[in-house]
Amino acid sequence: MLTKRIIPCLDIKDGRTVKGVNFLDLRDAGDPVELGKRYADEGADELVFLDITATHEKRKTLIELVNRIALNLNIPFTVGGGISSVEDVSALLNAGADKISINSAAVKHPELVSEIASRFGSQCVVVAVDAKNINVAWKVFLNGGRIETELLLEDWVKQLEKLGAGEILFTSMNHDGTKNGFACEELARISDMISIPVIASGGAGKPEHFVEAFTKGKADAALAASVFHFKEIEIKDLKNYLAQQQIPVRL
Amino acid sequence: MIAIIDYNAGNIQSVRFALNRLGIEPVLTNDIEQLQKAEKIIFPGVGEAGTAMKFLKEKNLDKLIPQLSQPLLGICLGLQLMCQHSEESNTDCLGVFPVKVKKFNPVLKVPHMGWNTIFNLKSPLFEGCSEDSYEYYVHSYFAEIGENTIAETDYINPFSAALKKNNFYAVQFHPEKSSSVGEQILKNFLAL
Repeated sequence: MLTKRIIPCLDIKDGRTVKGVNFLDLRDAGDPVELGKRYADEGADELVFLDITATHEKRKTLIELVNRIALNLNIPFTVGGGISSVEDVSALLNAGADKISINSAAVKHPELVSEIASRFGSQCVVVAVDAKNINVAWKVFLNGGRIETELLLEDWVKQLEKLGAGEILFTSMNHDGTKNGFACEELARISDMISIPVIASGGAGKPEHFVEAFTKGKADAALAASVFHFKEIEIKDLKNYLAQQQIPVRL
Repeated sequence: MIAIIDYNAGNIQSVRFALNRLGIEPVLTNDIEQLQKAEKIIFPGVGEAGTAMKFLKEKNLDKLIPQLSQPLLGICLGLQLMCQHSEESNTDCLGVFPVKVKKFNPVLKVPHMGWNTIFNLKSPLFEGCSEDSYEYYVHSYFAEIGENTIAETDYINPFSAALKKNNFYAVQFHPEKSSSVGEQILKNFLAL
């Protein structure tokens, strides 16, 4: 049986791991390769490395880091942050990334999603969507949640599927950093609407939240950062708990 | 010398790195002479069947591959290209395995992406791997089950997780990304 995936996310700044709470207030902790390996050994199904200071000058550092991760890691990983062209994608995939994640660039240039998909295959295209529930409507935000757009989440994910996205990484800004659980109702709505996998993100605080994301939220995978990062939840314990709750997981 | 067939497939680096972790530095090549000399060959693949076949034909690899006599391991699209025909772009493939590649009926999410179990293991390729061990998959097309099937996986329907005929081996999952179980399978292939 296909299992539900647990995906720790590592935010990277200048080659080191950090995690923002509500996208601000960054805290430093650890080497991405060491941490990634530890997560893989503990049973993480995939990893996401998000470069949050991806400027043009820093690109080379990131490529070197991706190369080092690829050499050391034996599970799939996604790299995101500041990707705005087919060339960026090509460089990251050549360095050994399995998938790339794009966010703002997809909103600004939706054709980029199709270009990447047709050149490298949909399987490597994760589109990250940050959205906030404002007066009942879910609006898409850009630049780490700083810029509001006119796009509605549900229209956007349907369009992304047509453009050739391979997976949707949906972060609820209302839930991110709260540790009160994922946006399960909205997750289920978008999961039913599209046939590509949906990764739940934002709000993980305890193991029960992951069960809800997979049952009520119908998510295919769940991503979290700080609960893993600060060892509030151990991946091994989480997966054992999920298995007890009849959620198919890889043990 | 272990060779990886270089034909613009997406996961070549991942396969190379996986071999590096096992202490092997493979040669990436699409040179016919070099491939003929290789002790073992890995035929990776992520991408689209029609485009991949076109490239193989341009390099005359479509004639070479079915005639190779050393152990060869196809991975993912590599497996599908070693079959007879793929529904992806209605492509005639290499015909190593008399098997058809079909598109998943999308009653569940397609692509089949993530970790799933392999069972009915029937080959030294799986030495040391237990029934129902997990492998990492990403694919929208599958090879049917037939007499060459040496492992199965179930998603929407049962399909060939691995195929074998003479010196030709192929797996639909990504051993290079399947943690320690995948590493064991690569080691087993290298020890054949």
